[in-house]
Amino acid sequence: MTMTAAPPEPSRVSASVRGGGKVRAPLLRRAAPYLQAAPLALTLLVFLLVPILTIVAVSFWDYDSIRIYPDFVLTNYVELLTSPVTWKTYLNTLKFAALTWAITLSIGFTVAYFLAFHVRSTTWQMVLFLVCTIPFWTSNIIRMISWIPFLGRNGLLNSGLISAGIIDQPLEFLLFSDFSVVLAFVHLYALFMVVPIFNSMMRIDRALVEAARDGGASGMQVLREVILPLSKPGIAIGSIFVVTLVMGDFITVRLMSGGQSASIGLMIANEISLLQYPAAAANAVVLLAVVLIMVVAMLRVVDIRKEL
Amino acid sequence: MTATAITATGLPVELVKLRKAYGSTVAVDGIDLRIAAGSYCCLLGPSGCGKTSTLRMIAGHEDISDGDLLIGDSVMNGEPPARRGTAMMFQSYALFPHLDCTDNVAFSLKMKGVSKEERRRRASEMLELVDMGKYAARLPAQLSGGQQQRVALARALITRPGVLLLDEPLSALDPFLRVRMREELKRLHRELGITFIHVTHSQTEAMALADLAVVMNQGRIEQAGPPRELFNRPRTAFVARFIGGHNVIAGEGGQDAVRADRIRLGDGGADIRVEGTVRALEYHGSSVHLSLDVPGADDFAVILDEARFFDSPLSIGDRVLAGWSRRDTHPLVA
Repeated sequence: MTMTAAPPEPSRVSASVRGGGKVRAPLLRRAAPYLQAAPLALTLLVFLLVPILTIVAVSFWDYDSIRIYPDFVLTNYVELLTSPVTWKTYLNTLKFAALTWAITLSIGFTVAYFLAFHVRSTTWQMVLFLVCTIPFWTSNIIRMISWIPFLGRNGLLNSGLISAGIIDQPLEFLLFSDFSVVLAFVHLYALFMVVPIFNSMMRIDRALVEAARDGGASGMQVLREVILPLSKPGIAIGSIFVVTLVMGDFITVRLMSGGQSASIGLMIANEISLLQYPAAAANAVVLLAVVLIMVVAMLRVVDIRKEL
Repeated sequence: MTATAITATGLPVELVKLRKAYGSTVAVDGIDLRIAAGSYCCLLGPSGCGKTSTLRMIAGHEDISDGDLLIGDSVMNGEPPARRGTAMMFQSYALFPHLDCTDNVAFSLKMKGVSKEERRRRASEMLELVDMGKYAARLPAQLSGGQQQRVALARALITRPGVLLLDEPLSALDPFLRVRMREELKRLHRELGITFIHVTHSQTEAMALADLAVVMNQGRIEQAGPPRELFNRPRTAFVARFIGGHNVIAGEGGQDAVRADRIRLGDGGADIRVEGTVRALEYHGSSVHLSLDVPGADDFAVILDEARFFDSPLSIGDRVLAGWSRRDTHPLVA
């Protein structure tokens, strides 16, 4: 896919062929680019711009325990930004994001590298790639819940380890902990790293690897000097996926931490359940700003335009 | 521009029963070839003839299925590419898109752990050698095809190879540039004194450049020799047709070749004559190329001097008598 700024020039041939009436054809020709752009523009307007503007508007409203009032107050933001809970929660969310990012990146890069450079036949590449997507055939919730009988106090892993005599006491950190939250995140989102990195790697001309070898590069040097720099756009795209997903998540943190850990998404969800819509909206606006800043920062480091 | 930046001596290359098979398909079928140190060898043939596989085996980018490869005095069969004393220039140039010209050229020095100043200095020397000094800071995407090729050449030469391997180096260039780069390759070869092995499907290129032209077909060598020998004494019908400018005709006990420019039209002093119809005419400036329909030959070409042709011009459909002298025919091996 390439992005072109200018709308495509309408084809003269087809216009003149179509043009029975001399007046209608030029009008249609001029309107055509706008008509072509209209469906996407309308979709974005209705499903992206309007909801965001609504949230921004509501974030300035006032509320009490039973209802919300259209208004223009800054109290929602003031309360949010001055509360130590907010800062602690942000820190916790960022910690989840950083850990998940680092782990999915190393898994994603390794898997993509294996698929792109070690699997020779295209058929096998496709088969293995589809195997990677199998977890996506079930819903997020099911995938998370399936960890619980495995990791629980009397779960498969603990009882297995005990009966093998490796441990005496069940390992407590396995479930309802930061460990299980990050584990679930990695499980859910690793593929979002694999796919764009694989895509970047498949575009690397194999002759470049040979050229590097010809210049005396060892396997590690090829990886570091050629493949890694050329995979950067894919890494950036995968990172954007993973970081934004983790930053906005609430259900994984709730389920896998057993309510013992918090994230911004969870905080917003709680506010909504207490009908504090303006507070939730303010929180959402701040989260959106934070995530956008993170995305912009990543895009400054890596130019992904040629990958789109 | 001088070649003092490189002080390498050419290495001889010898292929002994060299064979490459991909599964059950044989790409190179046990070829023997000796390439003298410092010579310019062109591997020539149609696509799929095994010339590129041969080059890649010499470079070390393709495993050798059987036989031996000698570079210098050592068997190099299993050596990694960088330890063979060869350097390869790739068909698509394979410049690293994320590195500027200097870093592209300096790549192999960086791999060897040469210090940054030293490798940048030597890279810019090398860029000067190929006339690309002023583009040192550009990325490959900002260069034209010809410029990319020069950078690729500099990158290959900075390793001080004894053998430079070129995989269809001119095929991506426009015809004008192709002729200029051809001259440049020849000049570099003369100045550097190293062995060049150049894969091409263009017989013009091979004729213009090679000391040793090797015509390959279906994984075998049809003929290897100086271009003049190939042109004047093609060994097989395949070589005669591939080199061009020849007619393959049925002779006594086999096929004969006769050069198209040795054919005369009309009656004068020919030992052998055929009668044919003019099928096509092409004006080439200094010469005129005619195709005749002749019984017993599927394509009969005549190359005439321009002035001679226009003394008695012909047009398509004319009946004409073509003849040549017996000493211009040359028997072919089946």
